[in-house]
Amino acid sequence: MSPLLVVENLRVAYPARAGGIIEAVRGVGFTLRRERLGIVCESGSGQSQTGRAVMGLTAPQARVTADRLAFAGIDLARAPPRQRRALRGGRIAMILQDPKYSLDPVMTIGRQIVETLRTHQPVSRAAARRRALDMLAAVQIDDPERVFGLYPHEVSGGMGQRAMIAMMLVAGPELLIADEPTSALDVTVQLEVLNMRERGMGLIFISHDLRLVSSFCDRVLVMYAGRVVEEIASGDLTHARHPYTRGLLECLPRIGDDRHPLPVLDRRPEWAA
Amino acid sequence: MTDALRVDRLGVAFDHFHALRDVSIRVARGESFGLVGESGSGKSTLLRAVVGLAPITSGSIAVDGEVRAGQRRSRAFFRKVQMVFQDPYGSLHPRQTVDRLLLEPLAVHGIDGAEARIRRALDEVGLGPSFRFRYPHQMSGGQRQRVAIARALILEPEILLLDEPTSALDASVQAEVLNLLEQVRRDRGLTFVMVSHDLGVVTHMCERLVTMRHGRVVEMLTAAALATGAVSNAYTQELLRASKGFVRAG
Repeated sequence: MSPLLVVENLRVAYPARAGGIIEAVRGVGFTLRRERLGIVCESGSGQSQTGRAVMGLTAPQARVTADRLAFAGIDLARAPPRQRRALRGGRIAMILQDPKYSLDPVMTIGRQIVETLRTHQPVSRAAARRRALDMLAAVQIDDPERVFGLYPHEVSGGMGQRAMIAMMLVAGPELLIADEPTSALDVTVQLEVLNMRERGMGLIFISHDLRLVSSFCDRVLVMYAGRVVEEIASGDLTHARHPYTRGLLECLPRIGDDRHPLPVLDRRPEWAA
Repeated sequence: MTDALRVDRLGVAFDHFHALRDVSIRVARGESFGLVGESGSGKSTLLRAVVGLAPITSGSIAVDGEVRAGQRRSRAFFRKVQMVFQDPYGSLHPRQTVDRLLLEPLAVHGIDGAEARIRRALDEVGLGPSFRFRYPHQMSGGQRQRVAIARALILEPEILLLDEPTSALDASVQAEVLNLLEQVRRDRGLTFVMVSHDLGVVTHMCERLVTMRHGRVVEMLTAAALATGAVSNAYTQELLRASKGFVRAG
């Protein structure tokens, strides 16, 4: 089977205020099949910029270069904006960090889901509404009819996150990028939701929680300072070789172990080299 | 000995929504006490009710045996009880320098020797004097949370209420902040009441904890019991399972 997404030597650079450039992503490469790939890293390692570059959502002042950036045989780096717009939300979808800021505050949740669907597929209003309601039910919202008519500020953070997931899944994307989808708590519910709706899509799951990612994904990339420092099958996590990966695992408090103080990460400059 | 904090049959309601019903907890002096539950279970509301940020409809709160009713709290109360909030991005004034942020509580309480106290407070949370004149946006999340902790400690309180103090932080920074909190607790003999959704964090930091759901206390247990899995309540067991990460079906 041909890979769904191929990324080779991806670089994202921003012009710095004082002149010069800041490289947020420095030569990231991976291939994704219809599988779950985890990207683990801490804030500022370039994980979100990687996801955004695939989506085509990088800020205009940034320079994105890649030896190859291809989705299902389409060369994203050379695709015209119109084609990228058609892919975005349709065949590639992204769940953003915070539903508070990423849902439209003056539009009901139902209308936002219907809008996404009708932008990408020729369906009637009534059919779109039905599918939106089904989707809300599928992400375990108890009363889809009620939530359909609510505005984002009228629902809790967890509910907003689920509505966001429903909106991203309604058009049936082949690739889903989830950028820290669990920071709005209730981790298990959301994982169950993602798990259930997966239906053979490719998933890129970005999170700082190494244990969560490794239990959910097939493979894990560990990023540090804009580079991939280690790639590891999630079953092999205990055999992680890079000191950064090991440090990340070590510093988590575990139930039933008595380590006071907790080991902290000793960041070495050579990791970023 | 009187309890450091005693909450009796507390009820909190926002209009017709009951956020807390009939909640009772007792926290001994010098103890570290945890509150665990999913989002919306009322654990943060309980802390907010203690400091007068939530409308109490029934029951009572006593700090050091002294009963506090309603939402008004005296200045003397805040010398004893301080709170650290979840989001270090939201809990620091964006247009005040660290120096100004730390001066505020001293000015409110009419405490002199501000200069020396600010230096000491920053030193205690592991930030050098170079941080004094920075603004919040010039610091990382972990550094901001250290400032929030310094601001709470500068009044030399006896009880520190911690509302998810590390959930907005990266894993490695979380370890540093947890170590810092344990250190100051040891040095000052503080009492902690800590809210977290992460059972790993709570069992690491606390001796006893309660699990909460739908505004009620579900179960009270010791961290040691939780570690050995000696949990009787079905909901606590569910939380414990969830904390082990995602489990694949089949």
